[in-house]
Amino acid sequence: MADDLLNSFMTGPDEKGRFGDFGGRFVSETLMPLILELEERYEYAKTDQSFWDEMHDLWTHYVGRPSPLYHCARLTEELGGAKIYMKRDELNHTGAHKINNVLGQIILARRMGKDRIIAETGAGQHGVATATVCAKFGLKCVIYMGAHDVERQKPNVFRMRLLGAEVVPVTSGRGTLKDAMNDALRDWVTNVRDTFYCIGTVAGPHPYPAMVRDFQSIIGKEAKEQMHEAEGRLPDTIIAAIGGGSNAMGLFYPFLDDKEVRIIGVEAGGKGVNEKMEHCASLTGGRPGVLHGNRTYLLQDDDGQILEGFSISAGLDYPGIGPEHAWLHESKRAEYVSITDAEALEAFKLCCATEGIIPALEPSHALAHVMKIAPELPSDHIICMNMCGRGDKDIFTVAEALGVDISAPG
Amino acid sequence: MGRIEDRFETLRTEGRKAFVSYIMAGDPDYETALSVMKGLPEAGVDIIELGQPFTDPMADGPTIQKAGQRALAAGQTLERTLEMVREFRKGDDETPIVLMGYYNPIYSRGVERFLSDARDAGIDGLIVVDLPPEEDDELCIPAQRAGIDFIRLATPTTDDKRLPKVLQNTSGFVYYVSITGITGAAAAEAEDVAPEVARIKAQTDLPVIVGFGIRTPDSSAAIAGVADGCVVGSAIVAELAAGKPVEEVLAFVRGLADGAHRA
Repeated sequence: MADDLLNSFMTGPDEKGRFGDFGGRFVSETLMPLILELEERYEYAKTDQSFWDEMHDLWTHYVGRPSPLYHCARLTEELGGAKIYMKRDELNHTGAHKINNVLGQIILARRMGKDRIIAETGAGQHGVATATVCAKFGLKCVIYMGAHDVERQKPNVFRMRLLGAEVVPVTSGRGTLKDAMNDALRDWVTNVRDTFYCIGTVAGPHPYPAMVRDFQSIIGKEAKEQMHEAEGRLPDTIIAAIGGGSNAMGLFYPFLDDKEVRIIGVEAGGKGVNEKMEHCASLTGGRPGVLHGNRTYLLQDDDGQILEGFSISAGLDYPGIGPEHAWLHESKRAEYVSITDAEALEAFKLCCATEGIIPALEPSHALAHVMKIAPELPSDHIICMNMCGRGDKDIFTVAEALGVDISAPG
Repeated sequence: MGRIEDRFETLRTEGRKAFVSYIMAGDPDYETALSVMKGLPEAGVDIIELGQPFTDPMADGPTIQKAGQRALAAGQTLERTLEMVREFRKGDDETPIVLMGYYNPIYSRGVERFLSDARDAGIDGLIVVDLPPEEDDELCIPAQRAGIDFIRLATPTTDDKRLPKVLQNTSGFVYYVSITGITGAAAAEAEDVAPEVARIKAQTDLPVIVGFGIRTPDSSAAIAGVADGCVVGSAIVAELAAGKPVEEVLAFVRGLADGAHRA
């Protein structure tokens, strides 16, 4: 590979929407003209000051950005090694990083004259963020959500309905995020003329992976500035959880060319990354393939059929990963590891007990990896992990996993 | 000349429209699908579209989705689909076969290996839903180099500016998707389709075949009447899903084929 010759990891994607061999535009012809129009409008918006003024105004007054960079003093002490910081994106309006991207896409949709918004959701955080912004702008909103996820994320389903969205439970496949994305694409191909598809992660056909990354990279930009203020230098290691990979791409991207910063993405290891494939670790346990508009690492069988992932976390339950992560993995700029359900639950409990923060199950995976490496590192080693979502939505799942019946009278 | 070109030459000479039928390979099981396939030419089918099942068929409605799931559950693989074509070719060396599906099973097998296997098995053309002209280097160009037609979908959203790009590397015929939507959904109206077919024919000499939303002999006749032929898929697959015996399914196909042929 020619990676030694790379001066920058921040120039992708190329004009074909590729990050190395990954990405691209693998969609049906019906969608192709719209994808090209979206690319053109996004390219224009990128350099349009009025677009970014509107974004920053809403980020500040509606979302509550910048989110704090928080020094986890007790957690640091408890683990007895590296100094741990959290980027508190769970404090955003709607409780996760998802809204950073949704605002960008909806502002773009409005500028394109689209008044019907569709989205897929796994844990429901992207669905809630989309329903929220649609309510704010008076747009029609339809959310596709796997029937299995509707069941395990009831509070978010109720939230979306309160916000005026139509939530469509998807029963095809195993009823998780992958199936929700299939049905969202089917809706889009049917209603292509008036509908904007607001994709929630750094996957899908070009320009989505780049566009969602750009909207989410506010996380990394702020973290970098805040770390300079707090410590006068860059962090040594940055860590984030990955399903599709949008919160991770958002944190990682502004640091890609700071080669002294170690970058670690944490995939969902489910019951363990083994031949039984009861996990969602696409990079650790998958191989390259084409799905949902892009080439990337996928969980698939020998015949190229896509496998269902498995994770306690609905937001990580996806058999693919954003194409830029696939490229960062192959070019070795970032490392990718996996964390099991059991390890994530331990991190969840520790975070509640030591920091008074109830984390979502998704960032609990990132925190679990912090727990693994922090004790072995010196006290002047700075770790920054992305606390990308709050855990209120997960208390039922966690209670069940811990064998607690919270519906029973106390 | 290949089988597809030969077939259209014959149809032109006889002054007939083409009837193209879609079935899913391995649905509901390998043997049943193979016996339906073998009966299609006798039922009046001019070109066979053979669906390769895929777990995530993003452009298909519930009927084809479920057919794919049945086939996969019954053990269908890309290799078994190739095997089906080899078996069919033992008794029929003339009816063109177009393999229709999604890219990942082909990509997973390896493009060069797949193309050589497909050609040897007797596959004449490919329709790969998730490979637009922007991704021609992936499979379209290698397929044509290997002597297999790459049949492109043109859709209501393919405007005049984009049409030349869609037609550029298309061979065999052009498949006009009559609606914006998924298979087995809304019905196509001949009066809406006619100007679209004319628009495409103004830019290509290839035959234009229309599919999506056709399910009765009358709509088959109406749509074929304003194009060079029509495709029926979901309506036939639904007959199989209803558990109809092979003979009844083929009788249903014959009705649709007669419709197209009287156009």
